[in-house]
Amino acid sequence: MPDSTPAVQHTGATPLLQTVGLTKRYGTLLANDAVSIDIWPQQIHALLGENGAGKSTLVKTIYGLIQPSEGEMRWQGEQMVLSGPSDARARGIGMVFQHFSLFDNLTVAENVALGLDGKESFKDMSARLEEVSRVYGLPLNPKREVWQLSVGERQRIEIVRALMQNPKFLILDEPTAVLTPQEADQLFIVLDRLKAEGCAILYISHKLAEVKRLCDTATILRDGKKVSTCNPKAETAASLARMMVGGEIRRVKAAADRQTNVARLVVNDLTLAPDDLHGVRLQHISFELRGGEILGIAGVAGNGQDELFAALSGERLAQDPGAVVIDGRAAGHLSITQRRKLGAAFVPEERLGHAAAPRMRLSENALLTGHAASGMVQHGFVNTAAMLKTVDRTTEAFDVRKASRDPEAASLSGGNLQKFIVGREILRSPAVLVVSQPTWGVDAGAGAVIRQALLDLAASGAAVLVTSQDLDELTEITDRIAVMFHGHLSEPMATVDASREKLGLLMGGSTLEQKEAAHAAGA
Amino acid sequence: MGLIEAIILAVLAASTPLLLAATGELVTERAGVLNLGVEGMMIVGAACGFGGAWLSGSVIIGALCGIGAGVLMSLIFALMTLGLAVNQVATGLALTILGIGLSGLIGSRFVGEKISLAPHLHIPGLTDIPLVGRILFGEDAFVYLSLALVIGVWFFLYRTRTGLILRAAGDNHTSAHALGYPVLRIRMFAVMFGGACAGLAGAYLPLAYTPFFIPGMTAGRGWIALALVVFASWLPGRLVIGAYLFGAVTILQLHAQGWGVGVPSQLMSALPYLATIIVLVLISRARTGGSTAPAALGTVFVPDR
Repeated sequence: MPDSTPAVQHTGATPLLQTVGLTKRYGTLLANDAVSIDIWPQQIHALLGENGAGKSTLVKTIYGLIQPSEGEMRWQGEQMVLSGPSDARARGIGMVFQHFSLFDNLTVAENVALGLDGKESFKDMSARLEEVSRVYGLPLNPKREVWQLSVGERQRIEIVRALMQNPKFLILDEPTAVLTPQEADQLFIVLDRLKAEGCAILYISHKLAEVKRLCDTATILRDGKKVSTCNPKAETAASLARMMVGGEIRRVKAAADRQTNVARLVVNDLTLAPDDLHGVRLQHISFELRGGEILGIAGVAGNGQDELFAALSGERLAQDPGAVVIDGRAAGHLSITQRRKLGAAFVPEERLGHAAAPRMRLSENALLTGHAASGMVQHGFVNTAAMLKTVDRTTEAFDVRKASRDPEAASLSGGNLQKFIVGREILRSPAVLVVSQPTWGVDAGAGAVIRQALLDLAASGAAVLVTSQDLDELTEITDRIAVMFHGHLSEPMATVDASREKLGLLMGGSTLEQKEAAHAAGA
Repeated sequence: MGLIEAIILAVLAASTPLLLAATGELVTERAGVLNLGVEGMMIVGAACGFGGAWLSGSVIIGALCGIGAGVLMSLIFALMTLGLAVNQVATGLALTILGIGLSGLIGSRFVGEKISLAPHLHIPGLTDIPLVGRILFGEDAFVYLSLALVIGVWFFLYRTRTGLILRAAGDNHTSAHALGYPVLRIRMFAVMFGGACAGLAGAYLPLAYTPFFIPGMTAGRGWIALALVVFASWLPGRLVIGAYLFGAVTILQLHAQGWGVGVPSQLMSALPYLATIIVLVLISRARTGGSTAPAALGTVFVPDR
């Protein structure tokens, strides 16, 4: 797609930052292939692409963390060579990382100090920190240690840290992935204000609606190459997605009629203390999930979703056996294997290390969850042929792309491994499937395959519980949605009634606070 | 000299090598590196320290030899764990075994030789004050040095930017790297500081404790220093409490055995370990939410470029 005609009229004569034919090679892999983009002041420039398209490599190069193999960068028209991030910071380039670059056991002020170049005293810096956080409406307590803070607060530290460098150019890598809709709106206000002040912003996001609303220009990367530069406001979400994927994305379709009568997974007043220092306590969680139904659990990460998954899967046992009931059997005291024998299947969030053992082959990984309830083990001996057959079946049914018949789990790309892990459980035809973040960090094509598989499984009469931070995903596939906040689970509501505003308020804990306020007033 | 005074003097002397070695290891661990080779670095420091002092006739040169030997040993560790990303636990254990062998080789020609111990401070007037004079103003230089070192390390870690960066590297090396800090270089200097302290702690033994060298004379002090760092929850202040407590109970139980207390001697010998663990655990329980282990401790870091 040509981009000879500029999408937007520019005021300045030279761009603030240009990359010219930037290439980064890792062995034979081309992470960035001759990428040329222009960034102008007072613009929010979106960088779009699927996972592995080379977005992170590109911004790391611009921030000086990675040295390009070929090509050059120009800053205000002059060639720029960066020896490291402090070089980039000295020119006014700031970055807010996707995986926060924070130090859990240090205070907020110390974390901010580490992101600056230390030319002012710690005291002056702390004073300026309070000033900046007040001016931009990003409240922070400088003396708190990071591990005590919520995800939203952590991101505020990153943003304030970047703002304190008075950046001319700010890079944000998926800043809204972990925010509630309301927190995201707050962030957009800050970004608009920065733009008005003359700052250029490079904005990486998967959320196309957000990009259309916020960004002036969009550059789309695919397989390390620039595909197009366009005006996102003039495109549709579908046309942007097409450019990212390089083809049509399959629409996910729900079956028209589903029987939802038998309760297959029931949770009764589940309360569980956390087993580690920074964990969340589950508080009186109750819900009922019927066969043929998909229940979504929304919420900002770290509000008890991991703890709930552990309690459902049997990684942690409930106090009361009746707290978890699978297909009519009290399972709160049963082990993971016993629960699997009752027909339950579990897909945890972390692909490598939790759902799959990275250095083991796919067949061995299939055996790890399938040993209890399939023909892979006979009289205590492993049946290799049956294991390989499971791999083949999964590969075929879920279009898992891999280099050989039975490679190590870690050698698969994120999307393909996720298809394998979800497929491995679905092919066992479970009565109950509990899945956490099914499409986290998975490309759009694989994501559609997985979501369709979950819908098909529910259509066959299974009960499916999906935890996700992606509200679009939950609205697309679930029948009902509940929200988790501080270890409490809200009353599930029908997905058709669940507006973003409603969910966002619940994710921010407003109902709970109102409840507590009412309680305090009554007492 | 009264008995109490003698005991306190003995306690200070017994605690100083522990404090020196543990302070160095604390800095190393705060940067995220677990060096289990303290014992090995100490014993090589002891052999080289004695050798240096015997050949030159100077305690200062002996101490410098001990420090240099510790640094060289720690550089082997740094090369393996930071340069080649080898497992830190295995490398540390290997370093100890290497150190024990190496010290025997270096020290073999010094066995049976004698030197004069490091002189004790003497300030006319102050040192002669009854009871406290000898204790406060009449020690050898190493005792004052070790205390100054702890204060210096505390100031460095909590009051300087470099110290903050070092703690950051120990808390999350990925983030520190992303912010542009040279994680491996920081860690190398921390490991070298740990080696210097361990070497000095080892040299203290033949230079100020007993005026001769015998193979294996560190007698597990390196391991105790390692344990002290953990039980002090990586806080320099608590390290002083732990080291002196350990020294005190060691000396007291020796005297108690001498007085013929009717407790099996094995139990008495275990007392310093038990007492130190109990006290430090009680301290760390009393103050919740305080500093815990550096999050990146013992993990290998390979920067992506």
